[in-house]
Amino acid sequence: MSVNQQPDANPLGETSAEGYKSQEMFLNMGPQHPSTHGVLRLVLTLEGETIVDCTPVIGYLHRGMEKILENRTIMQGIRYTDNSDYLSPMLCEIAYAGTVEQVMGLEPPRRAQYMRLLVGEMQRIASHLVFVGTYLVDLGAFTPILWTFRDREGCLALFEALAGSRFTVNYLRVGGVLHDFPRNWLKECEAWLDRLEKNMADLETLITGNEIFEARTQGVGYIDSGQAIAYGLTGPMLRASGVNFDVRADRPYMAYREVPINVQVRQEGDCYARYKVRMQEIYESIRLCRLAIDRMPPGPICARVPIALRPKRGETYFAIENSRGEFGFYYISDGGEYPWRAKMRAPSFCNLSILPDLLRGHKMSDAVAIIGSTDIVLGCVDR
Amino acid sequence: MSSENPGNTERQRNPAPVRKIVPLAVARGPHEYIPGNQEAPVQLTSMVDMLKWAQNWARSRSVWPLGYGLACCAIEMMAAAQAHYDLARFGSEVFRSSPRQADLMIVAGTVCVKMGPRLRLLWEQMPEPKWVLSMGQCANSGGEFYDSYYTVQGVDTIVPVDIYVPGCPPRPEQLIEGILKLREKILKQGLKLRDEEGNEW
Repeated sequence: MSVNQQPDANPLGETSAEGYKSQEMFLNMGPQHPSTHGVLRLVLTLEGETIVDCTPVIGYLHRGMEKILENRTIMQGIRYTDNSDYLSPMLCEIAYAGTVEQVMGLEPPRRAQYMRLLVGEMQRIASHLVFVGTYLVDLGAFTPILWTFRDREGCLALFEALAGSRFTVNYLRVGGVLHDFPRNWLKECEAWLDRLEKNMADLETLITGNEIFEARTQGVGYIDSGQAIAYGLTGPMLRASGVNFDVRADRPYMAYREVPINVQVRQEGDCYARYKVRMQEIYESIRLCRLAIDRMPPGPICARVPIALRPKRGETYFAIENSRGEFGFYYISDGGEYPWRAKMRAPSFCNLSILPDLLRGHKMSDAVAIIGSTDIVLGCVDR
Repeated sequence: MSSENPGNTERQRNPAPVRKIVPLAVARGPHEYIPGNQEAPVQLTSMVDMLKWAQNWARSRSVWPLGYGLACCAIEMMAAAQAHYDLARFGSEVFRSSPRQADLMIVAGTVCVKMGPRLRLLWEQMPEPKWVLSMGQCANSGGEFYDSYYTVQGVDTIVPVDIYVPGCPPRPEQLIEGILKLREKILKQGLKLRDEEGNEW
């Protein structure tokens, strides 16, 4: 054919306005991927580099946890909640223990409430440090993950001294906590917090104001507040879109009734805002930890509950503020040792639902930044 | 916990005794067990033996893992690779994302029924020589999810496993011990690693 003829109708796809022949490609960002933060599979429909559609496929880590909880006593079941959100196990345990306490109408002693606040905030710091490290390693920076994991080791060593395990602690019980602080633990905790503050200043000099980081995260993945509420987002994803909602402040539970929280809210709604909210939450948690250490009341660490715990018939919903959002349990008890139904309201599952809408129109490399900023944990999504 | 140790005077006065190396079968306790140094010195009698030893020595000292973290153990695997418990000093310099470039598949986490065929596919995509390290109790034998309807009870039902590292999750030092034992296992292997049916030589 001569050069003056029109090109044939492309059997593979349409011809775009500039005359380029393009074809939609399905790319499988598979369950094994360094940047999907777990076994998340995204089937992306790409038009060149632009994402046209995205289908998340989950279930690669579904272990049937809610069904398992129906066959375990409550004390045994607390251990399983550790594995759901494996980056903040202490907080998940607080949710389950708190739910059963609410069904029974039991109030843990004040010392136990403050201890739960302390370990919960320490766990939040550890989880956000993992977020910062892995987010930046997804974007290509290698030093921050080394620094954040070093700081996290201090927290995990403290947990090991307190509860016996670095994570998958089996520390919470219905009615309180299991062990009291060992000798000098509070002093070591304060020393760790001091070191952490110094290291956070170093981390900020590395990341904040970094042109590459700002160019990759500012303006990317914008969620406006109405959309965030409609999708049921909670946690830093919601607060970065301007909605002032934090379960610790709006529905306070345990020691948060006495200790006021400064809720960290930002208005921009992009990936950078979510990163900043989590960084500010680290500082806020450091402040709360110091407050809890100063105000630690004396007294018993656990209420007297029978070992074969049989909550009376009833159902309840109790939620706490996890590092990812609102982590709650809807618990139906039939009066026996085993729960009739323990449904986990997992924050990452709801936060993930916005992903198809969010990724549409962005480029492939923005997809990595957006997925990282949602800070999902697949144990929480799939349970 | 805190790394500032005011003085090592205790150590200087009573130095730790030098541990003599004994094979694992006759070790009488942790004081006589050094992971990665179990076997008596090898007897290299022929040229083939020397070649075998050299090849396996090189292979064992640079085992590149496939980053296959599934669940909680993945976080401990990441912690083992970071600066505090450095895995790179044992040769695992990089965690490759592609199975075609990796030697060792560290199955870290619970394997679900949906993930099983993917695991097998990834294992088959890895080129020989390859090894599998099963990390954590969920990968070893199903672990605490023993009565779940959707977990695979042990990854050795899907792929042949060389080293099992117990724990929930295993501490980073335990994972490092597993890699050291794997080193030794690699050193003992012959020139060819597996025949067509998957049996070890």
